Amino acid sequence: MEQFAPVKRSKDGQPIRYLIVDDSVFARKNLARMIESFGGQVAAEAGDGLTAISEFDRTHPDIVLMDITMPQMEGIEAAEKIVQAHPEARVVMVSSVGYQENIVAALQRGARHFVQKPVKPEVLYEVIKYVLGEDGAVATAAGAGV
Amino acid sequence: MKMDLIQPFINSADAVLSQGLSSTTKVGNLSMEEEGYRRKGVAGMVALSGDIEGRIILDLEPQTALRVASHYAGTALPESDELIKETIFELANQVVGNAVCALNDQGFHFRVHPPLLVTTEEVDKTSEDVEALVICFETSLGNVFMNVALHHNKRRMSDHAKVGA
Repeated sequence: MEQFAPVKRSKDGQPIRYLIVDDSVFARKNLARMIESFGGQVAAEAGDGLTAISEFDRTHPDIVLMDITMPQMEGIEAAEKIVQAHPEARVVMVSSVGYQENIVAALQRGARHFVQKPVKPEVLYEVIKYVLGEDGAVATAAGAGV
Repeated sequence: MKMDLIQPFINSADAVLSQGLSSTTKVGNLSMEEEGYRRKGVAGMVALSGDIEGRIILDLEPQTALRVASHYAGTALPESDELIKETIFELANQVVGNAVCALNDQGFHFRVHPPLLVTTEEVDKTSEDVEALVICFETSLGNVFMNVALHHNKRRMSDHAKVGA
């Protein structure tokens, strides 16, 4: 997989920590590989919305990558609950069902962005940089960026 | 079955497979399903409900499924690996999800259900108003078969018409 310039946390130069939420093991592995290529760390994984909420509370990740169609609790509802409890949470929806209604519903309920599956690494990378804003910094070749 | 329902699924499968497998795909044989559908290998089924109802089956011969899953995993998987099934499920999800977006833009609304593994050798024969079309996609890793059986939900469409009137 293509390697990207690592994105780090501006405040301490540590890797960005991610919570990956998807009921598909395949999708979680795929996203984890992309995150590693961005210099990030997988803080936790969850296969449904309910587990995502408890994993967020446990790990306090910098970014949540959240699928929509999942058992027990769907992604948009889980995103809303996480953002209600943690207004600073950055949730990016990652779904193949990316029609306008879903995108609008997700954004209205607290998600910061939407990425359509199949995920292109270069698209996700740009979205992550955008969502992090000044809280993220791209490390230079010399290892700077903090 | 109307082609305007089928075409978004063909376009979506073509795009998902060619992007995921990093190679061009070719739409091969198309055939109408006369009898029950006979599974070829690892098959994932996604059901749709709403304005359009029915199901999509993505079906790969076992060795093709192994090659495709290994390609996505970036490593050679053993034949028994659970990730093979997961890969086919996710591909089916992506194909249906992208097609649903295109149909939603045309005003159709529906719900996509989580994928199920087709374990029987033969899937029930479709009814007269739900004919199924089997499309073969020729990829660099082998053939991928997509079985599309959809129909308009006449009651829902009629409800929409009343609301719109």
